[in-house]
Amino acid sequence: MTGIAPSLPTAGGPSRAARWRRKNLTFDKISFAAVFLGIPLVVYLVLVLSPFVQAIGYSLTSWSGFDASTPFVGFANYVKAFTDADFLHAVQNSVTLVLVLPVVIIAIAIALASLVTIGGSSSGPVRGVRGGEFYRILLFFPYIIPAIAVGIMWGQIYDPSNGLLNGILTSVGLTAFASYPWLGDARTAMVATMFVMIWASVGFYVVIFVAAIKALPAEIFEAARLDGAGRFRIATRVTVPMLRSNIRTSLIYTGIFALDAFVFMSALNAGGGPQNSTLVISQELFKTAFTKGEFGYACAMGVVLAAITLLFAGVVFLVDRLTGGREDLQEE
Amino acid sequence: MASEAVTPTVLSRSRSRRRSVPTGERVTGGVSQAVLIACAVVVVLPFLWTIMSSFKTSRQVLQSPFTLPDRLHFENYANAWTQAGIGTFFANTLIVVGGALVLTMVMGSMCAYFLARFRFFGNRAIYLLMVAGLTFPIFLAIVPLFFILKSLGLLGTLPGLAITYSAFALPFTVFFMVPFFRALPSSVTEAAAIDGAGEWRTFFSIMVPMARPAISTLAILNFVGLWNQFLLPVALNPDQSKYVLTQGMAAFAGTAGYSIDFGALFAAVVMTIVPVLIVYLIFQRALSGSVVIGADK
Repeated sequence: MTGIAPSLPTAGGPSRAARWRRKNLTFDKISFAAVFLGIPLVVYLVLVLSPFVQAIGYSLTSWSGFDASTPFVGFANYVKAFTDADFLHAVQNSVTLVLVLPVVIIAIAIALASLVTIGGSSSGPVRGVRGGEFYRILLFFPYIIPAIAVGIMWGQIYDPSNGLLNGILTSVGLTAFASYPWLGDARTAMVATMFVMIWASVGFYVVIFVAAIKALPAEIFEAARLDGAGRFRIATRVTVPMLRSNIRTSLIYTGIFALDAFVFMSALNAGGGPQNSTLVISQELFKTAFTKGEFGYACAMGVVLAAITLLFAGVVFLVDRLTGGREDLQEE
Repeated sequence: MASEAVTPTVLSRSRSRRRSVPTGERVTGGVSQAVLIACAVVVVLPFLWTIMSSFKTSRQVLQSPFTLPDRLHFENYANAWTQAGIGTFFANTLIVVGGALVLTMVMGSMCAYFLARFRFFGNRAIYLLMVAGLTFPIFLAIVPLFFILKSLGLLGTLPGLAITYSAFALPFTVFFMVPFFRALPSSVTEAAAIDGAGEWRTFFSIMVPMARPAISTLAILNFVGLWNQFLLPVALNPDQSKYVLTQGMAAFAGTAGYSIDFGALFAAVVMTIVPVLIVYLIFQRALSGSVVIGADK
């Protein structure tokens, strides 16, 4: 949940930077290098990188964690994973999330960002709606509060009898929802959960896209309007193609977000939901490791999760290429 | 969406340029405004309802979602703070997040500075290795991490948690700061070197003050990220007396469904939100501005 989508890496080495010459290595320089590069690097290698590498190794063992023995079992954990009904169910749910959430979040974010930036009424140049700044600040807000608080809050809102949602629905006459369990019915649990995840994250991408649209040259919008394009056309035909690289990065970050989902699931349906309808890989992994103590198997699940993440990123890049992103890539 | 109806032609535009806004334009503006107001309500309403509910007794919460509290039951806050242990969790969070924030900023800016300003063999490789850490799912690392911390004797300790937090915040910080340090003029460091300042001196008395805008924005972003951290404490901090806020909240909400003190639960949610809300409102310009920098690159 630390993720705030950063940009693509900037290319090029430290061209103007000082050269590190072997000749004049003084104590000042050696101690400087040891502390400035050494300490952060050691912390990063020990606590971030090495666990990732170890996980792949452990995934080939039937390690239970509490003794030193790590019996090598080859790909048995992976075979087990793909015959484990619960895990397959979790994979299916995670894949559903990663197919739905990124596209929906980005679509809503672009739509709202377009309203904020070019949706205003004007007789001259395109303008944003009045109070655009206010909406931008407001919509960003859910993103910064702890996801667990968001989850608990929505858990109460969805409460069948005392929740805000059914309260509103019944008061407008939809009495059929009087005590409908949104999170307790396998048909709606996943959709209700997705809504919360969208609610929590869309504002961040609105801010990203508002900034990106504002950075586009104003003449483009002028030209489009002079050619008689309406707002909807400007948004879909002019803005979206120019935001290609932002959209690509945002899709990947929302994909990672969708494949994690752990905190939202923990808050809304800790046990995996009715008939495991909201069980996701991260939950199954956590349970396998820290409740059942099957650490080797849990690591194999982690590898599967990482593979799905990479696959998703690959698909995003592939689609981007196929739809003509090549020129754009070269421009960067 | 409905804005498709609006196709202002050159003719109508030039005719009405200085006088009134055309009707179609006003419809577009109105529809945009209506959609955004609807979204704003969907964002704000849950918070208002939570705040209202936090002043109700459990009985009133169970009565109806709309009953107003008969009076402001501040005891919910007291109960959440003491009985549910939110006070302890709050203190733990301050220690962990405070420690992690300092560590992250110090290590992150040092490392980014070194990678940005010095050319040496492996520079690019180290940078890419760091940035790669941004994209891996933490879930892959969590099991081995548990045992690494255990063998270092750091499992379930607040300092251990702080170091782990900062290790995982490092890639993001380095990634953000490298371009910043790279953009600072090299003439300044050359001047410092001529004046006899060593590398240490140059960094602390010249580069850090120059990088203050970037450092402060990243500190805010990291504060929010660290405050919201959930998986790391849940997996690596099993001792209830050392729980951090997010973890304690989950435990509190998870305790026995019906006997739960709903008023206190809502109060706990409000207390978790308030610190980040304050930080956000004070620094929102810097925050969303920095997101913009990230998006532009």
